Amino acid sequence: MGASSLIVLIIAAVAFSSIAILIAKLVTKATTNKQKGEAIECGIPTVGPSWIQFNVGYYLFALIFLIFDVELVFLYPWAVVVKKVGWLALVEIVIFFLILFMGFLYAHKKGALKWM
Amino acid sequence: MWSFSNIANEIHTWLSSQLPPIWATIVEMVIAGVAVIGLFAILGLVLVIMERKVAAWIQIRLGPNRVGPKGMFQSMADTVKLLVKEGMTPNGADKLMFNVAPFIAMIVAMLLMAPIGFAKDFQLWDLNIGVLYITAISSISVIGILMAGWASNNKYSLLGAMRSGAQIVSYELSAGLAILTIIVLTGSLQLSDIVQAQADGWWIFKGHLPVIIAFLIFITAVTAETNRAPFDLAEAESELTAGFHTEYSGMKFALFFLAEYINVFIVCAIGATLFLGGWMPFHIGNWEGFNHVMDYIPSSVWFFGKTFFLIFVIMWFRWTFPRLRIDQLLNLEWKYLLPISMINLLLVTLIAILGWHF
Repeated sequence: MGASSLIVLIIAAVAFSSIAILIAKLVTKATTNKQKGEAIECGIPTVGPSWIQFNVGYYLFALIFLIFDVELVFLYPWAVVVKKVGWLALVEIVIFFLILFMGFLYAHKKGALKWM
Repeated sequence: MWSFSNIANEIHTWLSSQLPPIWATIVEMVIAGVAVIGLFAILGLVLVIMERKVAAWIQIRLGPNRVGPKGMFQSMADTVKLLVKEGMTPNGADKLMFNVAPFIAMIVAMLLMAPIGFAKDFQLWDLNIGVLYITAISSISVIGILMAGWASNNKYSLLGAMRSGAQIVSYELSAGLAILTIIVLTGSLQLSDIVQAQADGWWIFKGHLPVIIAFLIFITAVTAETNRAPFDLAEAESELTAGFHTEYSGMKFALFFLAEYINVFIVCAIGATLFLGGWMPFHIGNWEGFNHVMDYIPSSVWFFGKTFFLIFVIMWFRWTFPRLRIDQLLNLEWKYLLPISMINLLLVTLIAILGWHF
């Protein structure tokens, strides 16, 4: 079907979801009371705001992820031609991996992968 | 012989003879859309009942057995129940983001359907960068989860979403490296080419030990990427109630639930396509009679059989391994799976260049 299938799929997803939500809205009866709209915290009211800055541990993982994800993107075209290029491709990718692994070891040594 | 590609071709020729080309295309699009929605709904219902039955079977109990024969209509009854529940938005929530998040989850799950070959010559879009497309689109799903968690204005949701984000981006790397081993062996990103390369044997048999290691890493990584036990920290019910969808109810919750199960199906379908030969039947060397018998089984049966076997394995994991802690989870990825899969990729490259694979 070609690229137009993506448009079909997006329309299908939006139509399916919105029709389901619409039917649910039509057949249910909304009631209101004072406590209903509060955040679920297993019985007790929430203390303080929920939109807060949050554990930096994840942030470091995200940074390392960025390095490796870019690496992964470079690997895709390499993987397609590696059989045609032969030994040169293997040598080059070993050098590429070594450089990346240095960065990884540095991050490891700096304690970026340690849980705080 | 009866097959999906024949039916599709017959519909195409019949429509082209009856209608002007533009209308024929539009009608085909509508048929494709309705078919995908139908597949979505059926898969959701089947996977939910399958999950509960497998769980019951592993724990030696009966599971749902009241609605319909052997409880087979239980998931339909559950859907009706969710349909009549009120879908409310909490007072403190970011209304727009809260309501858009389930749509994003659904759109991502739906878009991933495009390049999957369900049967011989039966694909929605056989694009030449199929594998790259799948990895690219599947990483969007984390945005839907983060949106849902952040917009809920609930601490459980926020924690669940943050964990889920860290987990999904981490395990994407080793899943990507495991996929790359197959691309190195095949030399193509097109899914139909990858299936065609396995005509004389699936990669898991042809590729020696490195491909088996890659397969194990892939299964582990996708279990984590789809937030399933033992990696279901994003919705660890004993700590976070329900994780990022704590505040969701009614149909919006159902949409998240459906998208989650469809994602499980899609990653298993990709695993089956890359490692287990997609719709290719099982052949043994030069056993002519055996191979002919295997050829008689339709390609769609092979594809769905392999996919559902992998889904069963992932469900099996859930009742076998205890849940990990978040630091153990990230250690497993960064200190073990990632270095192993990098070295494994180099090994596969060596094998591919030397031509040691069959």
